[in-house]
Amino acid sequence: MQKLLQILRKNARLSAEEIAVMMGTTPEETEAKIQELERKGVIRGYTAVIDDTAFDDDSVLALIELRVTPQSQSGFDEIAATIASYDEVESVRLMSGGYDILVSVTGKNIREISQFVNQRLAAIDAVQSTTTHFVLKSYKENGIIKTDAEKDERGMIF
Amino acid sequence: MMDYDKLISRTAVDIKPSGIRRFFDIAAEMDDVISLGVGEPDFKTPWRIRKTAIDALEKGRTTYTANAGLAELREQCARYFERTIHTKYDPKSEVVITVGGSEAIDLAVRALVNPGDEVLCVEPSFVCYAPLVRLVGGVPVVIETKAEDEFRLTAASLKEKLTDKTKLLFLPFPNNPTGAVMRREDLEQIAEVLRGTDVFVVSDEIYSELTYSGKHVSIAEIEGMRERTIVINGFSKSFAMTGWRLGFAAGPEPVLKQMLKLHQYQIMCAPTVSQFAAVTALKHCNDDVAAMREEYDMRRRFVVDGFNKLGLDCFTPQGAFYVFPCIRSTGLSSEEFCEKLIYSKRVAVVPGNAFGECGEGFVRVSYAYSIAHLKEALVRIGEFVKELRYEQHNP
Repeated sequence: MQKLLQILRKNARLSAEEIAVMMGTTPEETEAKIQELERKGVIRGYTAVIDDTAFDDDSVLALIELRVTPQSQSGFDEIAATIASYDEVESVRLMSGGYDILVSVTGKNIREISQFVNQRLAAIDAVQSTTTHFVLKSYKENGIIKTDAEKDERGMIF
Repeated sequence: MMDYDKLISRTAVDIKPSGIRRFFDIAAEMDDVISLGVGEPDFKTPWRIRKTAIDALEKGRTTYTANAGLAELREQCARYFERTIHTKYDPKSEVVITVGGSEAIDLAVRALVNPGDEVLCVEPSFVCYAPLVRLVGGVPVVIETKAEDEFRLTAASLKEKLTDKTKLLFLPFPNNPTGAVMRREDLEQIAEVLRGTDVFVVSDEIYSELTYSGKHVSIAEIEGMRERTIVINGFSKSFAMTGWRLGFAAGPEPVLKQMLKLHQYQIMCAPTVSQFAAVTALKHCNDDVAAMREEYDMRRRFVVDGFNKLGLDCFTPQGAFYVFPCIRSTGLSSEEFCEKLIYSKRVAVVPGNAFGECGEGFVRVSYAYSIAHLKEALVRIGEFVKELRYEQHNP
């Protein structure tokens, strides 16, 4: 399982047949395992890692720290789930340390994000405060380095 | 005017440059080539090892070490041999740290071979053995291994080449370029032939950590063989440390003593910073080695399967990071195949005859590359083979 996930994490576009060869199993077995992982919710989806800057996208990524008053029944879960349901939101995490929830959000521009913070996040009663950080440049995401690839300096050798 | 023909040593001139140098030159000059030609890992040296070297530099630990190498490193090497090939060596008198496995090979030849002695060289193999033997006036005698034996050395082919002049056998397994390994039962048979003779063995085990589906076995651990074997290993392949130039050798004291003496005159000691780093490698980096091996193993299956599907028969290698597919079905020689492939598809593989005449009909493909890289290369080789077959049927 661990190995299969490791392979998919690196390249989700390999076929079940190719993965089977790499792992020394059959395509059927691999396909069944992948389906099981999907059914169990271990694999939640497949996505492309896109370098936005490579096609002149001007979108803005912001990380927003929230201090939140926990609710008597659900603690932070209900509020986190509400925030997670917003389309603009990419990730929501409960954190240890100086604040409670970290939200990452993409928007077309700074104005759009400030509107989102103002109207949607700050509007939630339990949210006591917000601190918004705009991302200036991204160097690595999901384990993939986004700067130019290093040149292979190895030469032909016996 | 200087007459360089007169100047230069005849011994040096008589050592032939590799016949496929021309192909390497073509490959080196071409841009955007997808290479499958390297002979070294694509992984970076594990960080802990690099950090140790940085610390050594910061502390200015940059003097010579003892000629034989740092005492702690020799101790670790002895433990390594005990752990992996169950053979004990005295770190004080039976281990030497060298500049790569290459220097150890040279030292062993110089310490053992007299002019006129015959030295058995298994081929296909890495290219340095025969030239080093010639340098000391020895006579290299080639033993060819065959695809039908999975490129293992057999007792029968060994016996065939033994004479009363035979001094030494080079045993280069796991093998570059074939990926062949010698299992315990294969080595038992070789040992059976050698035990009653005065033939000594130099076992080049530089790829030992890259052995798949089974553990590496050394001839030194077969009964009666420790006393007649020098084992050579190194850090280049197992720890992805090619550029650090560090190897080690172990064997019976009378031979090691001579090797150490020559080592003193040749190079004093192996690079000090590399030696400090290597202590960390042997002490703490077993998991890194295992992770790299696992990754190579996946690529190995991927590439073998790829070539077999293209109709280029490829036996499943059990070691190193090369596959050695047969290209005879294309009707081309190894060099023709490689040259056409690089010109038409910009993929570089190494002609099999670079590793000895019996490598003709094969090419060496390194899988020290990412799966994505290998996949792209296989697609291109597939197109190439298809076009070749089309041309053959529609001349």
